[in-house]
Amino acid sequence: MVDGPLDALRAAAGEAARPAEDADAVAGVPARYVAAPASTDEAAAVVRAAAAHDLAVVVRGAGTKQDWAVPPRRLDLVLDTRRLTGVVEHAAGDLVVVVRAGTTCEELQEKLTPTAQQLALDAPLPGATVGGTVAVSTSGPRRMIYGTVRDMLIGVTIVRPDGAVAHAGGKVVKNVAGYDLGKLVAGSYGTLGLITRCAFRLHPLPAATALVGQRVEGAEEAGRLAAAVLAAQVVPSALEVDAPPDGGIEVAVLLEGVPEGVERRVTTTRQLLGGDATVSGSPPAWWSAYPWSSGDVGLKLTATLSRVPALLAAARAVRVRYGAPLAVRGSAGTGVLYAGLPGVTDPDVVARVVEELRSAARGAAGHAVVLTAPAAVRDRVDVWGPVGGLDLMRRVKQQFDPDGRFAPGRFVGGI
Amino acid sequence: MATTDTPTSIDALAARLRAILSDEQVVTDRQELRTYECDGLAVYKVIPALVVLPRTGTECAAVVRACVDAGVPFVARGSGTGLSGGALPRADGVLIVTAQMRRILEIAPQDQRAIVEPGVFNLQVTRAATPYGYYYAPDPSSQQVCSIGGNVAENSGGAHCLKYGFTTNHVTGIEFATPDGELVRLGGRAPDSPGYDLLGAFVGSEGTLGIATEVTVRLVRLPETVRTLLAGFRTTDEAGAATSAIIGAGVVPAAIEMMDALAIEAAEAAVRCGYPAGAGAVLIVELDGPTPEVDAQFEHVERFCRENGAFEIRIAEDDIERAMIWKGRKSAFAAVGRISRDYIVQDGVIPRTALPDVLRRIAEISRERGVRVANVFHAGDGNLHPLVLFDETIEGQTEQAEQVSGAILDLCIEHGGSITGEHGVGMDKTKHMPRMFTDDDLDTMQLVRCAFDPQGLSNPGKIFPTPRLCGEVPGRHKGVHPLQEAGVAEVF
Repeated sequence: MVDGPLDALRAAAGEAARPAEDADAVAGVPARYVAAPASTDEAAAVVRAAAAHDLAVVVRGAGTKQDWAVPPRRLDLVLDTRRLTGVVEHAAGDLVVVVRAGTTCEELQEKLTPTAQQLALDAPLPGATVGGTVAVSTSGPRRMIYGTVRDMLIGVTIVRPDGAVAHAGGKVVKNVAGYDLGKLVAGSYGTLGLITRCAFRLHPLPAATALVGQRVEGAEEAGRLAAAVLAAQVVPSALEVDAPPDGGIEVAVLLEGVPEGVERRVTTTRQLLGGDATVSGSPPAWWSAYPWSSGDVGLKLTATLSRVPALLAAARAVRVRYGAPLAVRGSAGTGVLYAGLPGVTDPDVVARVVEELRSAARGAAGHAVVLTAPAAVRDRVDVWGPVGGLDLMRRVKQQFDPDGRFAPGRFVGGI
Repeated sequence: MATTDTPTSIDALAARLRAILSDEQVVTDRQELRTYECDGLAVYKVIPALVVLPRTGTECAAVVRACVDAGVPFVARGSGTGLSGGALPRADGVLIVTAQMRRILEIAPQDQRAIVEPGVFNLQVTRAATPYGYYYAPDPSSQQVCSIGGNVAENSGGAHCLKYGFTTNHVTGIEFATPDGELVRLGGRAPDSPGYDLLGAFVGSEGTLGIATEVTVRLVRLPETVRTLLAGFRTTDEAGAATSAIIGAGVVPAAIEMMDALAIEAAEAAVRCGYPAGAGAVLIVELDGPTPEVDAQFEHVERFCRENGAFEIRIAEDDIERAMIWKGRKSAFAAVGRISRDYIVQDGVIPRTALPDVLRRIAEISRERGVRVANVFHAGDGNLHPLVLFDETIEGQTEQAEQVSGAILDLCIEHGGSITGEHGVGMDKTKHMPRMFTDDDLDTMQLVRCAFDPQGLSNPGKIFPTPRLCGEVPGRHKGVHPLQEAGVAEVF
């Protein structure tokens, strides 16, 4: 049987191109083909073949976030990055690593650990690839001190939707030559092209770490403790809150540094959090994990620092009003919280909860985005919510992907 | 793309701008226009057709719209301290100067944010935030007078960006006039606005994607302790080895700066900074943060300096002594004027570990061509600022100095570095861009340009050696593959 697109994909990627199976569906949308190129050049050939046959493309790494955002409007080809793996270069003396996109964050860290270095990105979803982490720009507690993907990505190689290969940035941290395309692709959900290679700045692994924790009753008290830590001179690497549905809030502060320094900062932090604050060498079980499981509803809520307590209070009010077991967790030190509801929650209730949280986030100069939700919920809510600068974003998309073939419809404003 | 530069169209534009703004905000007097003919890179001079000084974002956007309607290019300028000709005017264009937009709109320590207009000086933000225990971290050497809007355009760094990052890591939101003359907000006070990180693309785009009219920046808690030492070494190799030892041990200093013998000589001549006599290189290392952390790490730093040959170490006991240590470094560029009539300030980046090799090569080039080069650099992140000395009045020296300066950039590229670490591409380095990037790389960057500025009116001629025609459909620009054309291969 003649299958033009498949033949073209096979010409580009050999046996690593195949017909799709049921398991290759993306958020319920079936695919026709899967191709797993092993190099940037091969990937470019695959993308050119896809362009020639007008195939809609979704990039897949480990697949940990394929149920996020909006399902693709159409889908032909799943572009799998799991053969684009390995560290290309680790310049330990320069604290820089160049890595292929399909490498998992854990695999990368294994290579870095012997040199006492790290890519200082928390991985909320175990098994995620470097490429997927960049494309979705996930972050965790330590963003407070190290920043996020955008702050650590110093160079990037992408295959554009037309198959052209482009690099931006480089292998040095300080570099202002040309536009910073790395910023643009970080968090672009695969809508601008395929990321094949990333260069990151690295950080030394801290010699000592400690966590100081305190449990409080309400949002106001949690806010008071957070403000005290921010105003003090302890320079935390993370300042987290965990508000489970059954009440109470745990405040946890991560301190990193040299042993003598950490020891004294622990003492100061305990005084700030109250004499009965706990001290531990390892983080609590909930650390750097989303407050939901696969199949649940997961939201990201942002706020200015001073309005984090207001957001926590709004979450509690929602819990009471709808009897919904809303779990909230996140960085009180940066104003990024996550909220989870069980997947079985009535979609109408979820829609009202999203509306209220969105309104609370707006009052805090932030946003509420539904990261993941069951299909029935997605149909009832505006997943992305209001987005500033949308017209320019559409124009950027139009330039990179005029035929709208890369992850069509997954991103903000139907991009 | 329209470039109507006939006197009549400029006159008509001037009349429209006077109607939008007030008379004194529109400059047409030739003598007055001349004061804007260059920025901090004075080798390029162009007198703009018009200068306008909007007072608000709305006025700025209206000016841009008037330019667009007239098909006239426009260039934004803050304080004009840039060192790559990024704010070089167009003879057929309007220079939009943000000097009348100098209000600090809000200092919000509880949110760790400040909101300022683009003409506000960098250091003013820190001064306004200090009473609350906060400061603005990016600190370019020109921070007393350089504008925040210019910092955003150039993604400015500074001595302390080794630990704290660049402007791009500290701007969380902007309002800007798009090249269509619309006011658009990107980002804000809270982190992680949904959608593309257009703010990330805007910062460092050198005025080619629009003009920032309001900037929201992060404020950072003032450190509890700052400790600074000055170490004298016999050679730059020793100072480089000490730097490697410090970084290799996992210490992240706030700053590590190096100067070589010629740079020290110039600084001594200019400001009598009293650096260790006979030093072939000095290293300034500064640590900041919580006191116990800094104290513990400072001991390591001192030891690494001694182990790698430091023959004299001075530790600042107070702010006055710290200022003395920094004085020589901060005055270095200007100080070179004491030992040379003219000089080129170069700005290149290499992987830090290549420092000894690159410095040796620079010395060789300097010897071979008979051109003196003084070296000042941010050693921690491999950002070199070689100062190439010459005398314009002696025939051939200018060209020779330019050749040496270019050869140093070649070295940076050979070693996997960058042609600019903080001064920007501007007008000055467009010709070097193809050595660092392929045609496809540059073409891809210009897709962003086309999205923001399809008519190419916002600071044209900067960054990119060749403008992209925005009407072109991506992917077709390369034409048919030669093999396909010859009938050897079909498309897939």
